[in-house]
Amino acid sequence: MASAVARVPRAPGRRAGAPPRRLPYLLIAPAGLLMLGFIAYPVISVFYYSLRNYNVTKPWRDGFAGFDNFVRIFTDDPQFWTTLGFSARWVVVQVSLQLALGLVLALLVNQTFVGRGIARAMVFSPWAVSGVLTTTIWMLLYNPSTGVSRYLADAGIGSYGTSVLSDTGTVFWAAVVAELWRGVPFFAILILADLQSVPKELYEAASVDGAGRARQFFHITLPHLRDAIVLATLLRGVWEFNNVDLLYTLTGGGPAGVTTTLPLYVANTGIEGHDFGYASALTTVAFVILLFCSILYLRLSKFGGDSK
Amino acid sequence: MTAALAEKGRSPAPPSATTGSPAPPRRGIPGRGPRRERAFDDVPRWQIYLPLALYLLFTLVPFYWMLLFALRPAGSTALVPWPLTFEHFGKVWNERSFGMFFQNSMIVGVATLVMTTGIALAGGYALARFEFRIKSGFMLALLCSQFIPGALMLVPLFEIFKNLQMINSLGSVIIAETVFQLPLSIILISGFIKNVPVTLEEAAWVDGCSRFRAFCAVVLPLLRPGLIAVGSFAFVHSWNHFLFALMFLSEQDKQTIPVGLNTLIGADSVDLGALAAGGVIAAVPVVIVFAFIQKWLITGFSSGAVKG
Repeated sequence: MASAVARVPRAPGRRAGAPPRRLPYLLIAPAGLLMLGFIAYPVISVFYYSLRNYNVTKPWRDGFAGFDNFVRIFTDDPQFWTTLGFSARWVVVQVSLQLALGLVLALLVNQTFVGRGIARAMVFSPWAVSGVLTTTIWMLLYNPSTGVSRYLADAGIGSYGTSVLSDTGTVFWAAVVAELWRGVPFFAILILADLQSVPKELYEAASVDGAGRARQFFHITLPHLRDAIVLATLLRGVWEFNNVDLLYTLTGGGPAGVTTTLPLYVANTGIEGHDFGYASALTTVAFVILLFCSILYLRLSKFGGDSK
Repeated sequence: MTAALAEKGRSPAPPSATTGSPAPPRRGIPGRGPRRERAFDDVPRWQIYLPLALYLLFTLVPFYWMLLFALRPAGSTALVPWPLTFEHFGKVWNERSFGMFFQNSMIVGVATLVMTTGIALAGGYALARFEFRIKSGFMLALLCSQFIPGALMLVPLFEIFKNLQMINSLGSVIIAETVFQLPLSIILISGFIKNVPVTLEEAAWVDGCSRFRAFCAVVLPLLRPGLIAVGSFAFVHSWNHFLFALMFLSEQDKQTIPVGLNTLIGADSVDLGALAAGGVIAAVPVVIVFAFIQKWLITGFSSGAVKG
């Protein structure tokens, strides 16, 4: 269906009266100009800063440094590697759990059942919440003296203890759960939206041919959802990699730095440490890593192929 | 032609084909007999309700916890907020100037929504319907812009807004939010437009409509669910996002709700009641918007178009 539609504009019978040559450029101009001014230009200045010794508190050292910052990252900065490793773990755990739960959730609320509208509204509601508010809510839940653990301990489950946020063994999963709470609904909405466009006739035909639910899922639903899933996982992966607000406000990168992701390390170096040249170099490296992983992912998943 | 079949889906089974006993009571779902041909959407009820109930628990308990802290008197440990008190709300609204923050957040949210939707609609149409020279480059730029760690864009953006003399004006936050919403919005909208068969538009051209009129009369109505989705993304993101507001608005009376919440989280002795009340104030508008647009958000992004 979609591929047939996509090919129509290139058909030879393109209308003689309407071959607008300038129209597409006019249409993308507002978006293009805004992005040039407020994304491209700042990015270029970050690349430029990364080649400088630009430290706000040490202006006398400012000057062109060449690739010194990059050499330092790869040869003399163990913290870079640990934060990179933590970032990778965070992204992989988040995206795979969000995809699995989001897919199940979307399939569930795509069924016809009594109370579906209310159920949808309720399970999707955390999507409307994010960042600082998620932190607010989960800080109340994780609070050792007034949070859930205290009531569970009162009821004989578990013990009065320290906050899960101050224990290096539990803080990672505590943050994962908080982020899942608001991340899964977003994933589910994207998948559900695409589920709606699967032609019902396909299932009818498959039913008639005797295909069970599992076969219908793997042969009709999943292939149809492929592009949506690839795009959603990619965007979420990047987003989770760059996610600063939740970890920053919930754990502050601690305890003992075990939740410091690469972007948090960058922010600490640049904004608190004022070492803006080095932070810019770290950003550049993060950008290249993301770009490389994303292109690899798009290649491997054959995104946008006409096999839908 | 198969629409009627797809709508119905289920073949009404004879109510007492196997049991022979008095016809089984109908339980809310029409056409549900004891044993009938399995239709594509026929899943045992408990397989829907049980996982959904578990997920609802995970979703709603945190919200309940926040309401609990906001509504019960300070120092209470009851699990039901009784007697109800609104002292926390009064305190954050008046003493912590959440009334002002609320107004500022509303301005930023609505302005971002309008700008993002309008600009993305134009850009998305160009990508969906035209071939032009810089198209793939533009697409690449949209995708790449998603890979940039937002935290490090702050300093260059700050310098730009300072040069434009827009520091401490809500305009700076509105522009920044719009720019960072645009790439994803354009990609989503162009996807929705691709789902509308171009033949529908061509039919309108044949009837004498200009391209613009054909777009308004034929495509726009079909895009409504998609536009509402994109617009609500933009509103909710700018409502929740706090980094830009934190950086660009230093005057207290210009700040937004997430910044206000963050100051409550960071306070030396956290007032959990005030924090929870602030959280409720931050959550209420987005949850209302969300509940209102929920059915538009998901109901058949392309269901209208597929039938063409």
